[in-house]
Amino acid sequence: MATLQTRASARLMMTPAVVLLLLWMAVPLAMTLYFSMLRYNLLMPGMEEWAGFLNYRFFLTDPAFLTGLLNTLLLVGGVLLISVGGGILMALLLDQPFFGQGIVRLMVIAPFFVMPTVSALVWKNMLMHPVNGLFAWIARTFGLQPVDWFGEAPLFSIVMIVSWQWLPFATLILLTALQSLDTEQKEAAEMDGAGALSRFIYIVLPHMARAITVVVLIETIFLLSVFAEILVTTNGGPGVQTTTVTYLVYVQALLQFDVGGASAGGIVAVVLANIVAIFLVRLIGKNLE
Amino acid sequence: MARGVSTRTRITFTVIGWLVGFIIFFPILWTVLTSFKSEGAAIATPPQFLFFEWTAENYVEVNSRSDYLKHFMNSVVISLGSTLLGLLIAIPAAWAMAFAPTKRTKDVLLWMLSTKMLPAVGVLVPIYLLFRDAGLLDTRIGLVFVLTMANLPIIVWMLYTYFREIPGDILEAARMDGASLAKEIIYVLTPMAVPGIASTLLLNIILAWNEAFWTLNLTAAKAAPLTAFIASYSSPEGLFWAKLSAASTLAIAPILIMGWFSQRQLVRGLTFGAVK
Repeated sequence: MATLQTRASARLMMTPAVVLLLLWMAVPLAMTLYFSMLRYNLLMPGMEEWAGFLNYRFFLTDPAFLTGLLNTLLLVGGVLLISVGGGILMALLLDQPFFGQGIVRLMVIAPFFVMPTVSALVWKNMLMHPVNGLFAWIARTFGLQPVDWFGEAPLFSIVMIVSWQWLPFATLILLTALQSLDTEQKEAAEMDGAGALSRFIYIVLPHMARAITVVVLIETIFLLSVFAEILVTTNGGPGVQTTTVTYLVYVQALLQFDVGGASAGGIVAVVLANIVAIFLVRLIGKNLE
Repeated sequence: MARGVSTRTRITFTVIGWLVGFIIFFPILWTVLTSFKSEGAAIATPPQFLFFEWTAENYVEVNSRSDYLKHFMNSVVISLGSTLLGLLIAIPAAWAMAFAPTKRTKDVLLWMLSTKMLPAVGVLVPIYLLFRDAGLLDTRIGLVFVLTMANLPIIVWMLYTYFREIPGDILEAARMDGASLAKEIIYVLTPMAVPGIASTLLLNIILAWNEAFWTLNLTAAKAAPLTAFIASYSSPEGLFWAKLSAASTLAIAPILIMGWFSQRQLVRGLTFGAVK
């Protein structure tokens, strides 16, 4: 079907997208790389000088970086654990026939469409507020001391909020995978006397394995850049208890105007994300043909 | 589903299902309910669930106090603008890749996807400085551009997966029947491509509407869309829960409804067809 002429016009049709994306990626990234080697602070204009790898040394040896890295890993790991584990259970539940299944499904996926600043503020003020929040009222009803969520367990609170936003995504993807499973296979196993648990372990789980991998990789990419939820709830605090790598770079760039340091941090974030991205791109590439 | 399920099992799952669904949906429901309360009722203990004096004054006040409509329009312009611009660039590209693939098409697609993996914070500093120098900070145009580029890989990918499902045989048949290229495109291809383009449009409006990193960092008072405007409620000057709820309800309602309609496409779109 592809003649020489269609091939030429195809190339022409692709050009704007390819060129724009190349510029969008290459230019700023090259600049970040260049800035990361400079001593460059916006508060001291005209004082830029070559610094080599000094910014990297400062960024990587900053105790806040190690905390930030650990917080990032805890956040990503925690949310993955809750959303994938919960997602499997939710998918199994929604796969059962029951009354009003369609409506429940809509309720379950709804949080995914709530903008991050809204969900962060609603959770922080109306649910987790230590005095007037709903959780505080529930605790007092049972005679317990209300928890000051963002004071006592700030990172855990953010994990809760972000998990609530990402559980729907996992549920939806896993449910789709589950529903593509051949029911005959399940029924045959049931006839052969396999119990519900062994049917789940030997048939359902392997069938969902691919979908689980996709969820893990895609969520990881997005979770590495969680930002709004931290900005509106804790501002990275108390101290650096909820500072992630992304948030650390933001603070250095737009609050301390340290272009050099922030750029070094940005490159570190890019390297971290790329490790995940390689796996994801491979997995999806395999799917292409 | 053919096999019979006992009524008792069905009822058990109905109870569990509704309970779990209700718990997950609760924060949204609570926000909507609170938006109809007075500020006093909003923070009352014990919380007032349904029996309070319903009022719509928060919706009126949200706008009169802070020009809500301006931020709402910013959201509309930015998410629609970036989606339409993205489609304009992506449709020809996806079209070419789906109907005239070469050996390198796959590599180009994967490379495009990899730009989406680039964390925004890695390019925050240069984009901020370039925008500052070009006078694009806190402008709708600047944000339209950034969101277009950020979502372009997803738009191309989604369109590509949809276009690839259009069977080539139908095109050949049309050509055999003597249809010109123009007729082929208008009468044969377009009707089959429209559903895919519509789903892509819908999903990208959702993504752009909720995007928060760039909107928080590149806008201030003038061009701030709702994501950034709502964040201003986090200031500790006072808790306006009812007003926050009204502003939030208005901000999430259109997207929630769009999302419900496009849940199936969401699976394909966000997993790039890797889960079917």
